[in-house]
Amino acid sequence: MFSQAPKPLSRVFSQLHRFQSTLVIAEHNNNTLTPITRNAITAAKAIGGDVSVLVAGKKCGAISEALSKVEGVTKVLVAEKDAFNGLTPESLTPLVVALQNQFKYSHIVAGASAFGKNVIPRIAAKLDVSPISEVTEVKSADTFVRTIYAGNAVLTLKAKDPIKILTIRGTNFEAAKDGGSAAIEQCPDGDYNTNLSEFVSQELTKSDRPELTSAKVIISGGRGLKSGDNFKLLYDLADKFGAAVGASRAAVDAGYVPNDLQIGQTGKIVAPDLYIAVGISGAIQHLAGMKDSKTIVAINKDPEAPIFQVADHGLVADLFKAVPELTEKL
Amino acid sequence: MARVLVGVKRVVDYAVKIRVKPDKTGVATEGIKHSMNPFDEIAVEEAVQMKEKKLASEIVAVSVGPAQSQEVIRTALAMGADRGIHVDVSGAEYDLLQPLHVSKILAKLAQEEKIDLIIVGKQAIDDDSNQTAQMTAALLDWPQGTFCSKIEKTGDGFTITREIDGGLETIKTKSPAVLSADLRLNTPRYATLPNIMKAKKKPIKKVTPKDLGVDTAARIEIVSVNDPPVRQAGAILPDVDALIGKLKEGGHVK
Repeated sequence: MFSQAPKPLSRVFSQLHRFQSTLVIAEHNNNTLTPITRNAITAAKAIGGDVSVLVAGKKCGAISEALSKVEGVTKVLVAEKDAFNGLTPESLTPLVVALQNQFKYSHIVAGASAFGKNVIPRIAAKLDVSPISEVTEVKSADTFVRTIYAGNAVLTLKAKDPIKILTIRGTNFEAAKDGGSAAIEQCPDGDYNTNLSEFVSQELTKSDRPELTSAKVIISGGRGLKSGDNFKLLYDLADKFGAAVGASRAAVDAGYVPNDLQIGQTGKIVAPDLYIAVGISGAIQHLAGMKDSKTIVAINKDPEAPIFQVADHGLVADLFKAVPELTEKL
Repeated sequence: MARVLVGVKRVVDYAVKIRVKPDKTGVATEGIKHSMNPFDEIAVEEAVQMKEKKLASEIVAVSVGPAQSQEVIRTALAMGADRGIHVDVSGAEYDLLQPLHVSKILAKLAQEEKIDLIIVGKQAIDDDSNQTAQMTAALLDWPQGTFCSKIEKTGDGFTITREIDGGLETIKTKSPAVLSADLRLNTPRYATLPNIMKAKKKPIKKVTPKDLGVDTAARIEIVSVNDPPVRQAGAILPDVDALIGKLKEGGHVK
């Protein structure tokens, strides 16, 4: 008798599993889908159950078309309104709360980008749920893994709230590929205009290089570069790899490069195939942003620099000699 | 003029190499150097600068945590905050306290103290959540200006420059509002000795979540806290040619 017990139990579990339904909030700029949304969809699939994706914005046509073709997406919900200009959390939150009240999702998910970090906690507070930030692994429908203390400890937690609201770390989940055919539906109508806040403008750093958080190779510079002009050495090297260029906080604070290139606890989290750290000492806060890279190369003249403790290949050398030599020989 | 509330958290100092407890229940914090969360120092500095520009009338520094949290309130007072509120939470209750609980406390205090502006750091460097500002704003139904690198008082609200993934974004919010400080908002001042002495005379009120009617029931269960996977120590290479060899071996260059 007892030997039969696990069977019905597992059947109950798989039924519960089937009742999971996740809403992924898509990030986009009215023309293109932000890649981290595809990673969020993969995390949603790992939870199990249906995956719906919400596209809200001023212009949603192309984005919702693209999302309907992503594998694993069951439904694309579209809310095209001027009220969502700039995707302010003050306008999006009432929309998501309305959808939640109607469809009773078990999970609400977004990528842990500046967008996701801004909007997800506001939604969670409105639903009286404690959100879970930067999830790196989905263990089960209620158990998640995330890092704390700048990546120096790994927390596995069980969420007790009835609804689970998460941001996911893009670099820890594969991007969902095309191959689906989801239905596109309009969101129920509602007035989402808000006078609390207003989007004014964006000044984006222009670059022909791959986007930092999804680049396969990243060349990153620190205080050792000594000036913004010297970053040209890194751009030349990056051209050989088709790489993105990043920076440490020291390089950003010194004004060598704009802040959106910053990698670390307070900047972007990256995990490329190859990370080349040039003139970066390797402070805890910087390592938090890059230590999951597959291969790490460090070029630094200080043999005691902590970066060498995580580097697969280290070169103790003057970067002003080594980097041009490397660029030339590649 | 605005009455400003700043949230300050006592955290393990950013320069400390932390250690996971052998029983995997958390990170060792006893007897370890603590200080004010670096992002909160920036929040306090911004509030003090607003007071210096006559944009703020009073600055209330709030910290939620055990008795030692009063140390970071004293630091905020020495930087220029006018008075403090210590919301006493300790032991197991503090171990499981989430940003949602803190947000409820801040929102309640904002109403009681007739606050017009809340500034907090964008994230605490211990739990790395980055949630409190957003949730406090939601609970109060106020606008939020997160990851601020510039805050200007304009018209009946604020014009804020925010740090976003591709660069910078400008938004306008009404007042009252909740703002969160990013690293580049300002450079926090050091508290001078005379100001540290003066801060000892400034009042700190002690309350509990219960006094404020805030339920701190646990929202999560800690399954385990572990060390991150250790990277294999690599090799130091003699020259650029050896490095190119390794890159070829790894398939990074042809």
